Amino acid sequence: MKFRIYRYNPDTDTAPYMRDYDLDIEAGNKMLLDALLLLKQQDDSLSMRKSCREGVCGSDAMNINGRNGLACITPLSSLKEPVELRPLPGLPVIRDLIVDMTQFFKQYHSIKPYLINNDPPPETERLQSPEQREHLNGLYECILCGCCTTSCPSFWWNPDKFVGPAGLLQAYRFIADTRDHATCERLNDLEDPYRLFRCHTIMNCVDVCPKELNPNEAIGNIKDMMVKRMV
Amino acid sequence: MVNRVVVGAHYGLRDWLIQRITAAVMAVYSVMLASYLLLQPHLNYDVWTGLFSSQLMRTFTLLFLSGLFYHAWIGVRDIVMDYVKSPNVRLSIHVLVILALLLYAIWSVQILWGF
Repeated sequence: MKFRIYRYNPDTDTAPYMRDYDLDIEAGNKMLLDALLLLKQQDDSLSMRKSCREGVCGSDAMNINGRNGLACITPLSSLKEPVELRPLPGLPVIRDLIVDMTQFFKQYHSIKPYLINNDPPPETERLQSPEQREHLNGLYECILCGCCTTSCPSFWWNPDKFVGPAGLLQAYRFIADTRDHATCERLNDLEDPYRLFRCHTIMNCVDVCPKELNPNEAIGNIKDMMVKRMV
Repeated sequence: MVNRVVVGAHYGLRDWLIQRITAAVMAVYSVMLASYLLLQPHLNYDVWTGLFSSQLMRTFTLLFLSGLFYHAWIGVRDIVMDYVKSPNVRLSIHVLVILALLLYAIWSVQILWGF
């Protein structure tokens, strides 16, 4: 199989370049990450992140043939040759396929991704009814791989001000949680022309999410709540 | 100079909502005007002036145009927010766009009630 991979080592290269690789591999049931690890045996200077290799940790997110995805759950058989691999767009490249996620996590932290509840903690746990718990489905599964946020043009133009789809999905995860008591503060924080309203419903986020989540729907739900609160 | 990320202006929701409402007004007006004109067997200058001689039509048209201008203002500012980073250039563009849109609004009244 033929691969074209983005290479950049800031210590030795003046500019990034694309390097061609040829790998003797049967696509079969193998995933893209399997091929990448074999390529790394050929050329140990090739750098990438990986950990769980089963789509749970979200560390091997990259741009695969122009579309963001996780290498470990992308079947080789689904890819057109030459397979073009680039780092996630919109973030600074550290080396080869590794990007600096600082800005992404800064935005994630800015939405206070934790339960805010000042009631004295109960002896066992804060209970929810099955119906209340149902609202968190499709929200809590996010693995923060960054595929959605880095495919969003609004994030490319304003990474310091726009929270991005992943952060907004998590913001709604806590707004929708009946155990959280900071709904009003959370909505106030997002009622800004940048933090949430830079979203122009481009829906690249929905298109690329490897966990098939829908940040766009979550953003719509936040807008609905803001409108309800206002009228 | 202190370099901080400045966010927190609270007009995000208001502008987003106004853009949706003005879009709905424009859609209703456009569909109504288009169907009226398409249903005319002989579309000529007399039909056109006849339509715009009624106060109701003029008022509706002004409502449509005001909606269009406000919608355009929010849209243009959105584009500027994405692509123009310098506050000086941004403010200049804002002032120019506002002046142009105000001019168009006055001009619209002149056209609608001026004949």
